[in-house]
Amino acid sequence: MPDPRPVPFRGGGFSPVRIRWAGPAVFALLLALVEWGTRSGWISNLTLPRPSDVAATLADLARSGMLWTHLAPSLTRLAVGSAMGVIAGIGIGIAIGLFSLIRAGLVPLVAALFPIPKIALLPLFVIWFGIDEGSKYALIALGTFTPTVVATYGAVDNVDRTLIRMGQSFGLRWSSIVAKIVLPGALPGILSGLRVSLAIGIILLVAAEMLGAEHGIGAYILEAGSLYDLERLFAGVVILSCLGVATSWGIGVLERRLLRWRS
Amino acid sequence: MELTLDRITHRYGGMAVLQDISLRIPAGEILCIIGPSGCGKSTLLRLLGGLERPDAGQVLQLGDPPQGCLNPLTYVFQDFALLPWRTVAGNISLVLEDHGIRGRAARAIIDDVLGRTRLSGFADAFPRQLSGGMKQRVAIARALAVNPAVLLLDEPLSALDAQTRELLMEDLVALWTRQPFTGVYVTHNLAEAVRLGHRVAVLSRRPGRLREVIGIDTPLADRRPGDAELETLQARLWDMMREEAVAADQELLNA
Repeated sequence: MPDPRPVPFRGGGFSPVRIRWAGPAVFALLLALVEWGTRSGWISNLTLPRPSDVAATLADLARSGMLWTHLAPSLTRLAVGSAMGVIAGIGIGIAIGLFSLIRAGLVPLVAALFPIPKIALLPLFVIWFGIDEGSKYALIALGTFTPTVVATYGAVDNVDRTLIRMGQSFGLRWSSIVAKIVLPGALPGILSGLRVSLAIGIILLVAAEMLGAEHGIGAYILEAGSLYDLERLFAGVVILSCLGVATSWGIGVLERRLLRWRS
Repeated sequence: MELTLDRITHRYGGMAVLQDISLRIPAGEILCIIGPSGCGKSTLLRLLGGLERPDAGQVLQLGDPPQGCLNPLTYVFQDFALLPWRTVAGNISLVLEDHGIRGRAARAIIDDVLGRTRLSGFADAFPRQLSGGMKQRVAIARALAVNPAVLLLDEPLSALDAQTRELLMEDLVALWTRQPFTGVYVTHNLAEAVRLGHRVAVLSRRPGRLREVIGIDTPLADRRPGDAELETLQARLWDMMREEAVAADQELLNA
């Protein structure tokens, strides 16, 4: 009789595992590498600024109060613009999802609007809404509107039809079916669409501020760039990254709170 | 309240799924509908409850639903159809809210139906925390909450494992014995049909026609798994179904 052997293991893998330390470790490693490179001279200070100098610039910016001077108008623009775009987008997205006539009428329009680089429309918006805040709000609103619409009606379409049939079979009112079955069912899709929309909002915020703004992160970066002040340029970029991480984290909190039933 | 199917014919895109079906569903009895897959038995159930309109013929309702009945024709679905974002109590309350039943009145109904389905204590659980059998019991509790005149069950046990199915069958028998209800029970499982049906309607392969209606006199409560008489009956039903299923496969080959 042959010897018994253990059956070789062939499973495993293909399932993401949560590893907390890896993300910060990559960050820290890159920063350390650049810091060491700039100090020892094999990265010239024309190529990359020293991370510690960028940190010092950020600290200065915070101490002098200029950070807030630039951040406050940026945050206001992002908040107002994306609120307009997202609210209109969710509203119209739900209408498209619920009514065939609106779907037939508006889906081609949204498809036509979606691929337009919204930055190209900024000069037009300046004429329509003025050089002040109006054109910036409009740009961010339009930029966040289209992805929100698409994500929202997709989410409404994906609501489990058997749940809707169930609602009808119990004689629920149309408004009850929409409020208690369709909307909660579409919420996960709407929230994940929000992630994309807000990231686009931040990109457009900077673009709008680069074209005529006295204060704001975009204006700050543009000014630093034209003076070739790499420390300040990177300080601005770091602020934008933080803004992106913060919005993504905010949506994560919202998801955990509103979609507690999922986990 | 009684339901009558009057010469129902239904097509999906030119293909006939049901042809000329006339059937009476008397009050206080469970009628099982069996047939090979694709014979339109689930369609028939959707027509019965008004979720779909027949192409020809009509579904007639005889008499008025009893007092206190919130939703005369009430479904129990194969995949439970529970809202995952609502608790067990919330899922039941969903079908009461539109009738203005809230607060203490709703609580009383919910407690009652959860008690009848042996789910007391699970009112605040979410569907994902329950087993398949418990989910279906929640769906049955939800159906009982609206005090239906006719219960329309669409393969309610098909998504469950054999043991859970056996337990739930006993639950259904107990529910009926305590308070007889009118039921239409669609299934492809012959064992369920002979255990739960006062009458069993056999449909032919597509397009579904009524082949035979068989009455079973043994009281529901006295039927046990392995009962010789039921086994014989089940074998007879299987003979009929087998012919139809084999013929249906042959037709696919020749189509």
